[in-house]
Amino acid sequence: MTRPTDRSGAAADTLRGGPRRRRVRTGGGGRGAPLPLLVPALIGVAFLVVPLIALLVRAPWRSLPTLLTSAEVWQALQLSLVCATAATAVSLVIGVPLAWLLARVEFPGRGLVRALVTLPLVLPPVVGGVALLMALGRNGIVGRSLDSWFGITLPFTTAGVVVAEAFVAMPFLVISVEGTLRAADPRFEEAAATLGASRFTAFRRVTLPLIAPGIAAGAVLAWARALGEFGATITFAGNFPGRTQTMPLAVYLALQSDPEAAIALSLVLLAVSVAVLAGLRDRWMTAG
Amino acid sequence: MTRTARRTRRPMQVAALGATVLLALSACSSSDDSSSAKSDSSASASDKLSGTVTVFAAASLKESFTTLGEQFEKEHPGTKVTFSFGGSDSLAASITGGAPADVFASASPKTMKIVTDAGDATGTPATFVRNQLEIATLPGNPDKIASLKDLTKSGLKVVLCDKEVPCGAAAQKALDAGKLKLTPVSYEQDVKSALTKVELKEADAAVVYKTDVHAAGDKVEGVDFPESANAINEYPIVQLKDAQNTEAAKAFIALVQSAAGQQVLTEAGFLKP
Amino acid sequence: MHKAPADTVPEGLDARLVVERGAFRLDVALSVAPGEVVALLGPNGAGKTTALRALAGLSQLTEGHLRLDGTALERTPPESRPVGVVFQDYLLFPHLTALDNVAFGPRCQGASKAEARAQAAEWLDRLGLTDHAGAKPRKLSGGQAQRVALARALATSPRLLLLDEPLAALDARTRLEVRAQLRRHLAEFEAVAVLVTHDPLDAMVLADRLVVVEDGRVVQEGTPSDIARHPRTDYIAQLVGLNLYRGEANGHTVRLDTGPAITTTETLSGPAFVAFPPSAVTLYRDRPTGASARNLWRCEVAGLETHGDQIRADLTGELPLAADLTTVAAAELGLHPGAEIWAAVKAAQTHAYPV
Repeated sequence: MTRPTDRSGAAADTLRGGPRRRRVRTGGGGRGAPLPLLVPALIGVAFLVVPLIALLVRAPWRSLPTLLTSAEVWQALQLSLVCATAATAVSLVIGVPLAWLLARVEFPGRGLVRALVTLPLVLPPVVGGVALLMALGRNGIVGRSLDSWFGITLPFTTAGVVVAEAFVAMPFLVISVEGTLRAADPRFEEAAATLGASRFTAFRRVTLPLIAPGIAAGAVLAWARALGEFGATITFAGNFPGRTQTMPLAVYLALQSDPEAAIALSLVLLAVSVAVLAGLRDRWMTAG
Repeated sequence: MTRTARRTRRPMQVAALGATVLLALSACSSSDDSSSAKSDSSASASDKLSGTVTVFAAASLKESFTTLGEQFEKEHPGTKVTFSFGGSDSLAASITGGAPADVFASASPKTMKIVTDAGDATGTPATFVRNQLEIATLPGNPDKIASLKDLTKSGLKVVLCDKEVPCGAAAQKALDAGKLKLTPVSYEQDVKSALTKVELKEADAAVVYKTDVHAAGDKVEGVDFPESANAINEYPIVQLKDAQNTEAAKAFIALVQSAAGQQVLTEAGFLKP
Repeated sequence: MHKAPADTVPEGLDARLVVERGAFRLDVALSVAPGEVVALLGPNGAGKTTALRALAGLSQLTEGHLRLDGTALERTPPESRPVGVVFQDYLLFPHLTALDNVAFGPRCQGASKAEARAQAAEWLDRLGLTDHAGAKPRKLSGGQAQRVALARALATSPRLLLLDEPLAALDARTRLEVRAQLRRHLAEFEAVAVLVTHDPLDAMVLADRLVVVEDGRVVQEGTPSDIARHPRTDYIAQLVGLNLYRGEANGHTVRLDTGPAITTTETLSGPAFVAFPPSAVTLYRDRPTGASARNLWRCEVAGLETHGDQIRADLTGELPLAADLTTVAAAELGLHPGAEIWAAVKAAQTHAYPV
């Protein structure tokens, strides 16, 4: 039976990992995978998994409690979580409308705008940090005015961390949400229009709920990216415990003198990442 | 094959080395003398050295070592010096991790110790220069910073190196010596990024090495401070055990320690050992 | 049902819709009185849906005009037009219950949440959906979803109701039932209703008047019975299940442009159409001797398909035509593609009319 919900359902399927399940089914179809595919695939698994196992094997389990209960670790972890969440919130507020614009409004130079806003995906984060300094630094083209008019300077502040993380993470959200929007049926918006909804009302009351799974996926990607952000953060916001020293910065600096502490900190980040992925996978599988 | 050939030439090489060292020790100030020393060493060694020398050196040595590398290649046609500049810690980590290098020049005895402790060095490391801290301020020193104590003024944005890296440890030592307490806006991951923050005018001052202030030219202004005497960093250099090109490695270390080498280094702001 | 237009203000829909998209050009004039139901009938790609979208304001007019109850709407955005649309696959908002889907329009028109819901409940009640008010669209059957979509469109009190293939998404059995219900609701609707369909039966059952659109233009317009009896294009003839030919009439004979002649009972002269249903064709394996039928042609079977409980034979030869026969008859004649066959039609079963 053809049902009106089918289209949106298909979009949500992709996010729920439907195709992934399908692929596994094809592989396990009893016909056996050909060696030229199987061998590289297994190497791929090993390549991605062995480093994580190594981290577990070399972890200083005995001293771990002491290493991890230090105030500095908790400070860094707390700051990381707060900043990543704030950066995700910023990305949502700006990124979702941007994704809508890219997906739904045709304007000259749209391709160029899309390329530009997704550039931070491939840009080395350090370069992003330098660019942010040039723009929003105390002496930057925008930052100068922020400083003289409002007395706001972003570098070396927690807000600066959020800015750096959002700069690097937002493109993930934009890409993800734009993809969902493109997959979602624009005719729902048209249906809303024929019912008297303005474009904004249609977006708020119809589109937004429809693409919620895509937004969630994008937000998770952005959050994870923000949590792991190093280059742009240390370049733009510097490194000061409790204010701008996030977990990745702490890991890097600990590695200079105390590899054990670095491994311990890495384990915390790994655990947080795994927990997030596991938690969301469950939600995606059971959604709808 | 080239290896055995080189080995047979060793005595000659050592003689040349000895000559260079003697010349260096004589510490002649005349540039004529040093150039004659150079031509001497090149005359005795140029036909014996060949191949590539790989030098791992602390980031602060970049400018001066690049100059020395060019000199070395000119003196010994057929040789090539390749550098890997980076934080001493990460260089030490890659050496102990098996990275192929002939010479290691570190910015601190502590990082050098990582390599010697791992048994990756040949012989005892020699201190070839020292580096002293200096305050880098904005051009023209608009905040009128004259001492380390001035950095503790409120409202001043100061960046230091992180305590985990040598320049940060040194800065801490200097602050302790002056019984000063300084809260920076950031502990930077290395000396170059600390300096960059001042160059970009994001910070008002940074405590960095004299050589860094020197290299930054007129983008920053250096301010000496007496406490820096308590935190002078020694730069050791050593030949590595797994060196592929031992003769050239020795020759390069000799050049660094020679009068000519020292001149290049002092011009860059380093202190003699 | 066809109400007389009001005396002063021209009520109802008066439109000329011109939409150009690349090589395709739609140019359709439509004039519909309040209370009238008009069906735009045409093959896929004829431009019916384009016309509907232009009426709803979802596509821009290239030229032409659009007046509803005397008000020009060409420049009015869709959300400000007094138009309700039932989309082909309904497009019920999947995240809202049936009730909230219907309440969506009143809400957008400024009603409070409670008012909107009250109105929506009333509409659902009128369409017999009270029990499903709390259901999400995916829990509704096709017929229920269709009625919710209708309720949603009607809840905004539109002056123009548009229905895009309102029954296409339904399976055959539900279709029959929903078609009858829809006919009732449309008959009650006091404003203009325009529906788009490619199904002649839907069009004939639901509409007071048909406008047949082919390739962006109106090719025939009239009441369902008029069109069914007097098709003017092959497409319409096929739709209504008739063999249709065009020729020059002379008394009881229509000489076709392609050669053969058909004898009819009507007396005509000049250009004319001749039509007869496939069921009027009798097939013979051998040339019938002493047959009364004067219309006899030698044909070849091009294809066979089951058509309900009958078999439709697609014939080529002197006169290409479609013939319906029972499976038993088909078996007795030994029909197979390529078989030679004689086809006869009684003059009394043909119908000729002027072009």
